[in-house]
Amino acid sequence: MHIDWTALGEVAVVSIGVAVGVVVIFSLGVLSLSRRETITERGGDGTVALTGAVLCFAACAAVVLYGIYLIIPQLHH
Amino acid sequence: MTVRGKMTHFSLLVDVVIITALAFDFTNGFHDTANAMATSIATGALRPKVAVLICGVFNLAGAFLSTKVALTISSGIVNDKLVTPAIIFAGLVGAILWNLATWLVGLPSSSSHALFGGLIGAVWVGAGINGVHFDQVISKILLPAAASPIIAGIAALIATYLAYRISRPAREGSFTSGFRHGQTISASLVSLAHGTNDAQKTMGVITLTLISTGALASGSNPPYWVIASAGLAIGLGTYTGGWRIIRTMGNRLTDIAPPQGFAAETSSAAVILSSANLGFALSTTHVVAGSVLGTGLGRRMAEVRWSVAGQMALAWLLTLPAAAAVGAVSASVAVRGTLGVVVIGLVALAVAVAVYLVSRREPVTANNVNDLPPAGAERAALRTAA
Repeated sequence: MHIDWTALGEVAVVSIGVAVGVVVIFSLGVLSLSRRETITERGGDGTVALTGAVLCFAACAAVVLYGIYLIIPQLHH
Repeated sequence: MTVRGKMTHFSLLVDVVIITALAFDFTNGFHDTANAMATSIATGALRPKVAVLICGVFNLAGAFLSTKVALTISSGIVNDKLVTPAIIFAGLVGAILWNLATWLVGLPSSSSHALFGGLIGAVWVGAGINGVHFDQVISKILLPAAASPIIAGIAALIATYLAYRISRPAREGSFTSGFRHGQTISASLVSLAHGTNDAQKTMGVITLTLISTGALASGSNPPYWVIASAGLAIGLGTYTGGWRIIRTMGNRLTDIAPPQGFAAETSSAAVILSSANLGFALSTTHVVAGSVLGTGLGRRMAEVRWSVAGQMALAWLLTLPAAAAVGAVSASVAVRGTLGVVVIGLVALAVAVAVYLVSRREPVTANNVNDLPPAGAERAALRTAA
């Protein structure tokens, strides 16, 4: 009987890496958005914080799109 | 259409098998709504009715996306040359009855394992032990079943811990709404992945039936009407909402806040998608339960209710053999001919009606899914202890 331990290890490393990566980046986005709110309330310019948030969420969106790409075999065969 | 033309050649037995397969698909839908949506409903990110609608639509959409897993079923774990429609019927009865029983007590057991178990038991009795590819069963089903919840749990634990670490300075409002939005998206992705995975299993079974009668060549892809009806059955089942199981997954296992829901769903999606690519027939139920446990541990150790987790683990261990046993008993009667199939069909129908009637005594619906009379006291006790 053949058990593909390499494939199993790959699944473990990739999925833990991707899940933790996405959640970390998303959390940074949430944090930036909250910073921007605080800054604009004090009358400051929140553009930098907003840009940071947008970049974070865009990165997460890219991963989601890649996930959909993986679900649909027609796209990569 | 040629497909229509072929359909007229089906015997009554094949029709019965197809209807039973779609019935299983329906139970699969409402059994597994919890996987994608329980955490979103528990945190209030989505209203219960909206959640099951989104989940149903994504399940239906997912069914049309891929047929890779369907092929694993129809040409993988059992020998499609030894299988007859009566055997498949018996296997489906085993799977449906186990799914209904676990739904009644609110246990999120794996629909996939119920299906595999039912088929294995029925093939073993109906066609002999050679009909089952046990090496495939171990490497493609049992090993991923053991490994996937652990991987998902570790991912969710680390992700939850870091999410709280990083976003601690964030303001309450943006914190909650930010993670709720993220959760909605990650839950939708899980629904889509679930649709492709689980609808395909039913497609695989129907395809296997058509192959066994010679309507399709061995190793064929599912015809279009099979894909459409399987997607529709699982989507409708999902929309019905398995509220009993949603309650267990979303509220009884651990208390879930939006960042946890997000971390758990993201971890589930990552595990399901990365392993589907390698042809492992994963149970979404196991993955999501692993993630929910992991996220409970990542936030506060004491919040996980290990007694509930223990019941779930026991149900997981029992699912395959229990469904196999029912499948085997059904097969021993069903292979005796049309009368045998009719008897098993009537018995299964009677049990299903009985389960439904018992469930009406203490209904769990969209309105009370987050209220917990008995377990609520348990939760209050935990809060005061914390």
